[in-house]
Amino acid sequence: MSGNAAIELKNITKVFGSIVANKDVCLTVNRGEILSILGENGSGKTTLMNMISGIYFPDHGQIFIDGEEVVIRSPKDAFKYKIGMIHQHFKLVDVFSATENIILGLEKKGKYNLKAAAAEVKSISEKYGFEIDPMKKIHEMSVSEKQTVEIIKVLFRGADILILDEPTAVLTPQETQKLFKILRRMRDDGKAIIIITHKLHEVLSLSDRVSVLRKGEYIGTVNTAETDEAQLTEMMVGKKISLNIDRSEPKELEERLVVTGLDCINREGVKVLDNVSFTAYSGELLGIAGIAGSGQRELLEAIAGLQSLNEGSIIYHDPKTGKEENLRNKTPRQIRDLGVRLSFVPEDRLGMGLVGSMDIIDNMMLRSYRKGKSMFLERKAPKDLAMQIIEDLSVVTPGATTPVRQLSGGNVQKVLVGREISSSPTVLMAAYPVRGLDINSSYLIYNLLNEQKEKGAAVIFVGEDLDVLIELCDRILVIGSGSVAGIVDARNTTKEEIGLLMTKSKTSEKEE
Amino acid sequence: MIAAFIHRAVMQGIPLLFGSTGEIITEKAGHLNLGIPGIMYVGGISGVIGAFFYEQSLNGAPLNGFLAVMIPLLSSLLGSLLMGLIYSFLTVTLRANQNVTGLALTTFGVGVGNFFGGSLIKLVDTDMPSITLTKTSAFFSKTLPFADELGWFGEVFLSYSFLAYAAIIIALISSYVLKKTRVGLNIRAIGENPATADAAGINVERYKYLSTCIGSMIAGLGGLYYVMDYATGIWSNDGFGDRGWLAIALVIFAVWRPNISIIGSILFGALFIVHNYIENLSMSDQELFKMAPYVVTLIVLIAISMRDKKENQPPASLGISYFREDR
Repeated sequence: MSGNAAIELKNITKVFGSIVANKDVCLTVNRGEILSILGENGSGKTTLMNMISGIYFPDHGQIFIDGEEVVIRSPKDAFKYKIGMIHQHFKLVDVFSATENIILGLEKKGKYNLKAAAAEVKSISEKYGFEIDPMKKIHEMSVSEKQTVEIIKVLFRGADILILDEPTAVLTPQETQKLFKILRRMRDDGKAIIIITHKLHEVLSLSDRVSVLRKGEYIGTVNTAETDEAQLTEMMVGKKISLNIDRSEPKELEERLVVTGLDCINREGVKVLDNVSFTAYSGELLGIAGIAGSGQRELLEAIAGLQSLNEGSIIYHDPKTGKEENLRNKTPRQIRDLGVRLSFVPEDRLGMGLVGSMDIIDNMMLRSYRKGKSMFLERKAPKDLAMQIIEDLSVVTPGATTPVRQLSGGNVQKVLVGREISSSPTVLMAAYPVRGLDINSSYLIYNLLNEQKEKGAAVIFVGEDLDVLIELCDRILVIGSGSVAGIVDARNTTKEEIGLLMTKSKTSEKEE
Repeated sequence: MIAAFIHRAVMQGIPLLFGSTGEIITEKAGHLNLGIPGIMYVGGISGVIGAFFYEQSLNGAPLNGFLAVMIPLLSSLLGSLLMGLIYSFLTVTLRANQNVTGLALTTFGVGVGNFFGGSLIKLVDTDMPSITLTKTSAFFSKTLPFADELGWFGEVFLSYSFLAYAAIIIALISSYVLKKTRVGLNIRAIGENPATADAAGINVERYKYLSTCIGSMIAGLGGLYYVMDYATGIWSNDGFGDRGWLAIALVIFAVWRPNISIIGSILFGALFIVHNYIENLSMSDQELFKMAPYVVTLIVLIAISMRDKKENQPPASLGISYFREDR
């Protein structure tokens, strides 16, 4: 097999701080082959590919190209070895034409000739079956056309090892089929193609072999023809690990938030929420699982009053008065004025949650500044609250007047969660609250969420680690491509069941 | 009468054209240099310093034509290059806020100009609050030889000094380079999306330094032209007025295209002096007329915003520092 291996990785390891992003990863890609790299979010797929394309440099391990060991220190080196990466986020200049983008940065001898370049772009397109107008401006293009420009860009530079980072995430099913046809044609042309994805059905329909990563570790490679969804899912999510998270039985269940038929179309015209319905009960911890970007963010933001909806209702049942209020399309302030004690720990801690350059006390005041009566700031109460949070959650900080940006990620999160639960919420929503946190901080956050649940709040927890979701939550809502793929009882489910629900998108159902 | 008006309008417009061409080159690389008024001022005073010491060194003997032009020209370029280097070091290397840096540089440049202006005035020991460099100016304001013989045609098209023609040629060359060459493509890519340019292997910092410094030097020539030709070699402190800000306004008017800037500068020049050509204007009406260039700029801004054509918008990352590790 090593005879025609285009690129071979041996024991590649990459560590960011205390987090091991890749550990002893070995991979081989042959010419004339499509290799899929499969893994959950945070399994280290993109980090690995960034090392091949020169953006990161591995801490350990070797890379061989055509049997010879190489050192790739920059994207320029990668070009030299004919490696081309198509990033998930396009690197294109909006006001330039396709051709201008394609030749940008090329140091060709001779006269700058846009027409000749355009002709060459055209001939590459014809060879592989792209449909593109070389003179069209990027900002006039659809997402799929932009992706085409990115692919032609690397082909124009003579790449014969192509890496595509989740190329289908932004495409419609028809566009995906078109892309696959082109990729197969390139494979038949002798190119080595690596495609990163977490969509199982795409892996099965497109690739020749599949390599699986899980939490940075290389699990194995199988031939696509000899595998099926169940085996791949198991490789991807792994065996169940016991985490020993304290979980209390839910009690005094009461309907708190009844969500029915939410539809949301975002600014790009993509339907990000599709008929989402569920009920969150008081005294219960509802988990939300799903591939990143399946609509979790929009769902939480819709409930918090930050995202306008096209359809549906969000009915809040007030535990004191028993009144029902529809929160749909209300602003956060209107929601608060209704007496709804809703707390939201957003994914983007220092963007939406806290103001990085302000100190802990000022950040407390962001939530309570309207309580003040005089025209001057009342700093006593927020200061007490800040001190209390620092003590109760053992926040490591020089003092309450330290800008939160200077705290470590875990401590920032403690400040944010501490503030959000200080108002004794009836609904508490947390999006990826333990992302980037160490074990101890994570457990502290889990316990805080549990505590709120025991106090009778309806807790909604969006997580990415299935082990945690299964051990922490009472029920788990699985979301896929903006719609509810299923709601399972966390005590009687398996990672495989959730994994299959997560990856079974609507498009795959239609194809079958 | 009309020919004379156009002649004066062009004379007024040339410093603005230098300033705006320089600013466009800088802005195309993503740097909003609000230090242009200061840089033009320094360009002016540097030329004056060079000319002053050359004239003094001769003790009244006739000037050598070549040196009389080259010494002020080179010292002017050097002065504005230094200003450009200060700006690029602060905003490119240290990633300081561009607006604050630019405004500080303008204040600094005017201060430098006035300081040296005042010092030179002291050296010559006169009662006049200005420096007179008529001899040098004579070389700078030489027009084309047959301008006087061709009537209105000569007056409108041929009656300017070499710096005026240089301004137009520089603007045309800048237009061509920005639009039609690889260097221009790289500069524009940096101004639009430096991360993309960086990923494509373009040396972002080097291009930013280059375009800022070259832009500053071109803008500085505007100051030199103003003193040596327009003001006939007489430097008086603060005489340069608002021209630097007009040059920046002109960039918007020209929708970041040096070739449109040529027409724009003459129009701005005309608007700037039109009150002198309308009879019986009261003082307050004159001030109203002086607002005209800014009003026109505002209208253009509104128009391009409303038409919302991507190509006419400012470079997308104008004013934003680029730091590779920011993700």
